[in-house]
Amino acid sequence: MEKREFHVTAETGIHARPATLLVQAASKFNAEVSLQYQDKSVNLKSIMGVMSLGVGQNAEITITTDGDDEADAMNAVAETLKKEGLSD
Amino acid sequence: MRAMLKGIAASDGVVCGQAYRLVEPDLNVERRTITNLDSELNRFHQALEAAVSDIETIKTRATKNLGADSAQVFSAHIAMLQDPELIAAVEANIKDKHTNAEAAVADVTTGYEVTLQGLTDNPYMQERISDLHDVTKRLTGHLLGVTLPDLALIDHPVIVVTHDLIPSDTVSVNPKYILGFITDVGGRTSHSSILARNLNLPAVVGTQDATEQIPAGETVILNGTRGNVIVQPTVDELATARRAMQERAANQKRLESLRHHETTSKDGVGVMLAANIGTASDLPAVLENGAEAIGLMRTEFLYMDTDQLPTEDEQFDVYRQIVQSMAPRPVVIRTLDIGGDKPLPYLKTKHEDNPFMGERAIRQSLAHQNIFRSQLRALLRASAFGNLRIMFPMIATLDEFRQAKAIYDDERSKLTTAQVPMGKVKVGMMVEVPAAALLADRFAQEVDFMSVGTNDLIGYTMAADRTNQDVAYLYQPYHPAILRLVDRIIHAGHAAGIPVAMCGEMAGDPIAVPLLLGMGLDEFSMGAGAVLKTRELIGQLNAHDLQSLVETALNSASTSQEVVTMVQAAVPGVLQK
Repeated sequence: MEKREFHVTAETGIHARPATLLVQAASKFNAEVSLQYQDKSVNLKSIMGVMSLGVGQNAEITITTDGDDEADAMNAVAETLKKEGLSD
Repeated sequence: MRAMLKGIAASDGVVCGQAYRLVEPDLNVERRTITNLDSELNRFHQALEAAVSDIETIKTRATKNLGADSAQVFSAHIAMLQDPELIAAVEANIKDKHTNAEAAVADVTTGYEVTLQGLTDNPYMQERISDLHDVTKRLTGHLLGVTLPDLALIDHPVIVVTHDLIPSDTVSVNPKYILGFITDVGGRTSHSSILARNLNLPAVVGTQDATEQIPAGETVILNGTRGNVIVQPTVDELATARRAMQERAANQKRLESLRHHETTSKDGVGVMLAANIGTASDLPAVLENGAEAIGLMRTEFLYMDTDQLPTEDEQFDVYRQIVQSMAPRPVVIRTLDIGGDKPLPYLKTKHEDNPFMGERAIRQSLAHQNIFRSQLRALLRASAFGNLRIMFPMIATLDEFRQAKAIYDDERSKLTTAQVPMGKVKVGMMVEVPAAALLADRFAQEVDFMSVGTNDLIGYTMAADRTNQDVAYLYQPYHPAILRLVDRIIHAGHAAGIPVAMCGEMAGDPIAVPLLLGMGLDEFSMGAGAVLKTRELIGQLNAHDLQSLVETALNSASTSQEVVTMVQAAVPGVLQK
């Protein structure tokens, strides 16, 4: 299992476009990928789950990946966060 | 049943064909207890697939028309339909409670809606409820055996019948299959009409009840020149309509021979014919119709078809593409004209009782300078790639123009310091507020060019909202009061040695063109579909002779109708069509 924390820098938080890209990135892997924010955890392959968290600017989020390709899944998610300007 | 509908002639031409109803079907869901679980689950998955396939088609069309960025929202819609949690929840609902699929979908999506509504500190996410609605409707439609109509899903030639078209419908149009538009509401200058004229498709708007009177697949004749629609026409009527279609095709061919010609009157006065555009997807029509410039690019779409402010880079890409494709021909780009009547969901705009007289256009730009400055920087960077002109909308006072110009100068000098390449840029104004029209001689001392925005100038002068059908009759482009204002602006410009353009619908209106040519208008900018017709018309007119027509119309006409009669008498034959 891999676990990594991110700080959301984008002004709009995780809105529809990056949420879609994050879900698309996570869905490419077998590993279970989850997003934790405050006391809630959702499946990062579920766009409704991600949007329902309403992650705003300056949020601290934790991504967890668990499965045979967990390392690749984590890298893909981290890269998407960075590319979309969501997190450093 | 045979019927004759009357409406407003919004875009010329006669066409016959089958009706395609762009009307939301009844999507009411009834709750049932089901016994065959497997077949219900199967039905759910088939509907999911059909809905995804619809959205893929819509997304492909949007990408083609507007580029990948604008199609992004459809990727989110597809992700919703492929959401493993959503699918599992619906399946569980079917299996555990023996609920039918329609009701199970409604229950699950309502649950998500409640959650999104609860995100009160994140209004942006609350906005996504409308996306969830769109997706749910499409999925429910397939479960009920009906496809939610969409312009992008049309795959054979049809006449579109709808309540009204909205600006974002442009995204879905495939001109190959759309023969024309019939709408319930709207006037000559509403979005439906502008869209139809841009695409050069016949249209009748404001029929009140076309969507109630015309069943799907019914044969109709649409007469966009006269403003009527015949439902279930007779054999004779169909034959006449087909002849008119052939004539139109022949006309179109003749006009196309003028594509690469300059625009000159019979007596050798040259003018510039330009096109109005809203997005980069309008560019092919501009070039096909032989426009010599872009006289107005509206930038609102960049801000409206998205869920956040466009970045400077995103804007730069669009402006550069347009400026570069037209180079060395001029491109006039108007800074953001938005306000209370067209609020942006991601900007917190105050409620205004009277948005048309509220903080819109340049007033909004001066009040929210970060948005304005980022647009100006994007424009200045794009200026290196061609012949760019920047135009400020809704200027009422000289002070507003000076403030806007000072901000422009400030951004320009910052970019110069940063050694960013830029081209020469002319900075001008729209004249659409009557106060500015009356004081045009003072403005002409300080601006590089003026462009008359007739849609708003007429609206503000006559104090009538052109989209309000009850007062739409007051939208009178040939009214002597309007003509006097336009003439005053043209004279003020010429006295100061600057060019005067017109970028409203009036510039392509065959009754107005002889008057404008006689007044000495330098540039006519219109929907691309009107460019060739206007070029042909100007070629038949004698500009010097028209000066006496202008004198009479300005000095002795009291009504719009008198002006029309004078024009028709002065240029017989030309306007008989």
